[in-house]
Amino acid sequence: MSLNNEIVQEKLIEKFGDQVSQFATSYGMLSFESPKEMNLKVLQFLYDEPSLAFTFLTDICAVNYPDQKGAELVVVYHLHNLKENIRLRFSVSTSLENTDVYTATKLFESANWMERETYDFFGINFVGHPNLKRILNVDEMDYFPLRKEFPLEDQTRIDKDDEMFGRG
Amino acid sequence: MRPVRFNIHPKEAAIADAIGMGKAPDGVPGEGFFATQLSSVVGLARKNSLWPLPFATSCCGIEFMATMASHYDLSRFGSERVGFSPRQCDLLMVMGTIAKKMAPVLRQVYIQMAEPRWVIAVGACASSGGIFDTYSVLQGIDQVIPVDVYVPGCPPRPEAIIDGFMKIQDLVGQESIRRRNSEQYKALLNSYGIQ
Amino acid sequence: MEHNHITLPEGSIEKTTTTLNIGPTHPATHGVFQNIMEVDGERVVSSEQTVGYIHRAFEKLAERRPLYQITTITDRLNYCSSPINNMGWHITCEKFLKIETPKRVDYLRVIIMELARISDHLICNSIVGVDTGAYTGFLYVMQYRELIYEIYEEICGSRLTTNMGRIGGFERNFTNTAFTKLEKFLNEYPKVLKEFENLFTRNRIFMERTQGTGGISAERAMNYGFTGPNLRAAGVDYDVRVHQPYSSYQDFNFTVPVGTTGDNYDRFLVRNAEMWESISIIRQAYEKVQAFKGAEAEVYHADVPEYYLPKKEDVYTKMEALIWHFKIIMGEIDLPKGQIYSPVEGGNGELGFYLISDGGRTPFRLHFRRPCFIYYQAYTELIKGGMLSDAVVTMSSLNLIAGELDA
Repeated sequence: MSLNNEIVQEKLIEKFGDQVSQFATSYGMLSFESPKEMNLKVLQFLYDEPSLAFTFLTDICAVNYPDQKGAELVVVYHLHNLKENIRLRFSVSTSLENTDVYTATKLFESANWMERETYDFFGINFVGHPNLKRILNVDEMDYFPLRKEFPLEDQTRIDKDDEMFGRG
Repeated sequence: MRPVRFNIHPKEAAIADAIGMGKAPDGVPGEGFFATQLSSVVGLARKNSLWPLPFATSCCGIEFMATMASHYDLSRFGSERVGFSPRQCDLLMVMGTIAKKMAPVLRQVYIQMAEPRWVIAVGACASSGGIFDTYSVLQGIDQVIPVDVYVPGCPPRPEAIIDGFMKIQDLVGQESIRRRNSEQYKALLNSYGIQ
Repeated sequence: MEHNHITLPEGSIEKTTTTLNIGPTHPATHGVFQNIMEVDGERVVSSEQTVGYIHRAFEKLAERRPLYQITTITDRLNYCSSPINNMGWHITCEKFLKIETPKRVDYLRVIIMELARISDHLICNSIVGVDTGAYTGFLYVMQYRELIYEIYEEICGSRLTTNMGRIGGFERNFTNTAFTKLEKFLNEYPKVLKEFENLFTRNRIFMERTQGTGGISAERAMNYGFTGPNLRAAGVDYDVRVHQPYSSYQDFNFTVPVGTTGDNYDRFLVRNAEMWESISIIRQAYEKVQAFKGAEAEVYHADVPEYYLPKKEDVYTKMEALIWHFKIIMGEIDLPKGQIYSPVEGGNGELGFYLISDGGRTPFRLHFRRPCFIYYQAYTELIKGGMLSDAVVTMSSLNLIAGELDA
């Protein structure tokens, strides 16, 4: 019988018990969470298990929820099983004080730059990454711009009048 | 059917009567000689053989490719040869968004160009930052280098780029010989920190 | 950059490797990429890429803008085929807001998206030709890109950054001039593509330059996250239009061309074959659009007043249209809560839009899954051991668009 969201959910619960939680299906895609220490184990299981075979990493990104104290930064992995055509969303959350998350580069080569981008924008420290430095912003930047606390505009510019743009 | 004649005059179809001539500079003609200012002759020669350096970073670069292609053809104006070496070019065409990471590179390329040099800022992003009022985009290249002509548009049509180019040609044709050594020019470069 | 441990390959006559900086401004890098290469004579030993020279902070910008204003920034992602980005964004919004578009809208969208795909592949393939020294192909096909630009202009007014369409359809019906121009394109372009292929495909010099260089196996390509023509050239037939059809692609009959070795020659051939498939899809879509008669032939948008700007005549005469116009423009309409990931097949591969909304008027987080960013990581592996000039051809055959890479 071909793979579908229920079977994926069953297999995950069978293997990890209550370490995987918050199962939800939105717009046809199953999503779930796990604690950040388990992220490599879950990814490895999804990769190696022959009936699941999520061997294509579509995307890694992060989201900043400033209101969820203790879990402000959430790293989201999008996985794809090309043969059975099933997608999966897997997220782990980390707090602002301790932003260490294990890197997925040994499993997926494509995670290399995607994790660098996530570090550049949010400041998540990927433990074990071969080359974790800024990729899109200037190297001298000392803050993580996509966190909600920082503004979009460059505050030192003098030629744009914030009053006229409705932001004064 | 390939068109072979583009210079068909709208009112006079006979080609022999309908060829236009460029305007000669003011001067004193005579038999076998034509006396005029040195700057007019030099300007005339320079303006019809400007060699651009296309500093194309993003979307405006694709419109530049369309301008260089056969439909809009920038080489009619003398810039058949685009160069990528700053030493060999007169006109720096900055096309596209310049991010703060790229600004030192742009400055370095400008400093490496030999006098006389002109700069044209093509597109809204190069002129003022465009729609990207963000932390990573330089709000206009005139923060780092002096600019002669700004071409607005996002991206500007090839006709607009050609119009900007023709304005540069006007500037080049009328430039005084002494401008590059004058106090005003030196002060302008100093205000950007360029010696 | 640490290069204490760069080892010279066997049989080298040099004492150390030479560091060569192919800097951000270089005619061979189409867009601003910097490659710091270690070369042993002419062979590349290793290289490191620096990107971010055109980082414009699209994702942070999108958190400030209501849905329609985001279309303008999606234009500037892959600017060679901007209608695909626009339609992809509108399809994402429609899936998120659970809006169904009528069939005629879907077929018109397919026509535009396939025209954009042809336009993107034309630039890529002709620039591969330029990098091997053949300038004629580029100038010849740019003339036909002008025809495509004229079609865009007829529909939305702009050539390159099209900002085309609305959530639910198009802003106006396609005029007869647009259809006439489309027919002219369909009549003239196949001959041009055939001539372009004759210049390159069995050309001895081109084949020697591109075969066997920049190759990658299918497993490595999937591990690197390749999608699009680059992955199909390596042998994997993954195409989002077939796997997860959007905009009624399931109603069309087309094949997905696949290569074998994933080298530069295969990528060139796959893109050419995709252009032939696109022409066939456009013809089918055009016939389907012509088949609508009467009132159905006037349908160009879905009936969603909350998200689709009403016609100006109605705004000036009807009260409801005025209220909807005000609410949409001022961004008073709140989005439902939720998250969605919606991919489309862009010119370079799977362009994904990951939208998270918390009920406000602007997205809480919008992330673009950009195919160029992901497959450029593999560049080091593709050029290792090859010649420097092959590295140049590999870069252009990957079709790297700086705007999409840095976003």
